[in-house]
Amino acid sequence: MARTRQPVSPRQKRQERAAIAFMLPWFIGAVGITLGPMVASLYLSFTEYNLLTAPQWVGFDNYVAMANDPNVAKSLAVTFSYVLIGTPINLVIALAVAMALNRGLRGLNFYRSVYYLPSLLGGSVAVGVLWRRIFGSDGLVNQFLGLLGIESDTSWVANPDSALWTLILLHAWTFGSAMVIFLAGLRQVPEELHEAASLDGAGATRKFWHVTLPLLTPILFFNLVLGIINSFTTFTQAYIVSGGTGAPAKSTLFYALYLYQQAFGTRHAMGYASALAWLLFLIVGLLTAVNFWASRKWVHYAS
Amino acid sequence: MERDQRRVESARGSQGSARKGGGMSVSALKHFSLIAVGVVMIYPLLWMVSASLKPETMIFSSPSLLPLDEDGNFALNLDSYVEGWTMQGGDFGKYLLNSFIIVALCIIGNLMSCTMAAYGFSRLMWRGRNISFAIMMMTLMLPGFVLIVPQYIMWSQLGLVGTILPIVVPKFVAVDAFFVFMMVQFFRGIPRELDEAAAIDGAGYWRTFTRILLPIATPAIATTAIFTFIWSWNDFFSQLLYLNRDSMTATVALSNFVDATGSSQWGQLFAMSVVTIVPVFLVFLVGQRFLIQGIATTGLK
Repeated sequence: MARTRQPVSPRQKRQERAAIAFMLPWFIGAVGITLGPMVASLYLSFTEYNLLTAPQWVGFDNYVAMANDPNVAKSLAVTFSYVLIGTPINLVIALAVAMALNRGLRGLNFYRSVYYLPSLLGGSVAVGVLWRRIFGSDGLVNQFLGLLGIESDTSWVANPDSALWTLILLHAWTFGSAMVIFLAGLRQVPEELHEAASLDGAGATRKFWHVTLPLLTPILFFNLVLGIINSFTTFTQAYIVSGGTGAPAKSTLFYALYLYQQAFGTRHAMGYASALAWLLFLIVGLLTAVNFWASRKWVHYAS
Repeated sequence: MERDQRRVESARGSQGSARKGGGMSVSALKHFSLIAVGVVMIYPLLWMVSASLKPETMIFSSPSLLPLDEDGNFALNLDSYVEGWTMQGGDFGKYLLNSFIIVALCIIGNLMSCTMAAYGFSRLMWRGRNISFAIMMMTLMLPGFVLIVPQYIMWSQLGLVGTILPIVVPKFVAVDAFFVFMMVQFFRGIPRELDEAAAIDGAGYWRTFTRILLPIATPAIATTAIFTFIWSWNDFFSQLLYLNRDSMTATVALSNFVDATGSSQWGQLFAMSVVTIVPVFLVFLVGQRFLIQGIATTGLK
């Protein structure tokens, strides 16, 4: 940062001008689509606004209302359960499968493709439709349970105790993208380290905990942060599986879904929804910060 | 070089299993379980394809993957596709076309704006570059969902809700920080000597960008195009929000069918679900290599 101000050369001037041209779309986007709306939503979160009449300043009313809104507490609980259960399951499966696939396994590319495919489709409406059906009362899951001699006619998506679990399972089903990142990371672990550990008499388990895992922690950390952010904004599957309501008994009322209902449902409570959005932003920001802080303790960066 | 590496790896692999002794059965067991996991994972998708080819009455009578008719004979029944195509008096052909138009514009927008921004970030010196780069990295972490309310208000005040512009325009102004970041990483890996040589030959910035950097960046461009295709095809939320009856896409149409039909007509729903998945699947087949490279290097989803 100790760059001293030099007289601007014509070449530099030319470069500045070129930069403006190249960066212009990005500047417009950053101001018009990202930063501007962010500031606007902060302002709106202190107003009452239904798109029809001008925003009315209400101070902290929206935030107070949120604190007293049982649906906010419920949707936070649903979302946190989903994030705290779903993300670790997803990552553990991804890591386990990546370990199994590593090291010159024959057919590696085939397996990788098969496992990766659900990640591409997991967020689609089509898979939401499929999920709703698979876990229905006469769906695939119950048919298989029947084959195993367990008679069941529960509709897993209509039962408040299990509906969220079907979505967590869907999240686990899409472990492929994290797996691919782990596979790339495992390639970077030098074979020599494993050999050295073997010479020292370390077994497979010890090698995993003391060699492989520490070297993978940066990737694990990266996946964790990304996974948490993505999970917090889960919308499509909750919307499709519950028909946009968060049913049954609000058990799939994800935070994003509730925000959607407030902003774009009949009420058009744009001010309240903005306050909800800011809380989401603060939570995600805080979790990311905590993650970064904690990462100093457990993430191992090879120098 | 990559092939050599693979050969070394596979040599190591076989050494490893030989060392263990009885490596054959261990590896057989491993393959067996990997295949089992794969089958469980893919089964729902295969089942959906097969269900879409069964007569409505046969869908839930057996978990079998073979499409059978009422007499238990193998038969491909295309009724669900024919009826689903015009379900609810709609026209799925039109919805698919809408999807393709949106996806094509998103790809063009992302390719143009993200490569240009990446060139500015990685090759040019300008005041405010560091702070701009920091802002870009922050938006990388920002869940887009947070901004949806004010963005919607903006588009609605501009009178553009109902058109495809709220979905497409952001792509032309490099809002997808992921791709900017990926391109920056890629450009940084290209030796600067190439730019300098071009400059000596009298090429300006634009020429250097289009004639030197972009051709070398083909893999990153392909990755961007493929991911943009899949993401904007699957991007249900903004399509649900901004599109109307005429501009709606295949995925939105599908979700409307679900709401309207409730628990009936599953055959048609599955058929149209398959129709919306096929383009993603084809892009996956063709672009697998780029997809996997892309995720491995940048951690995209």
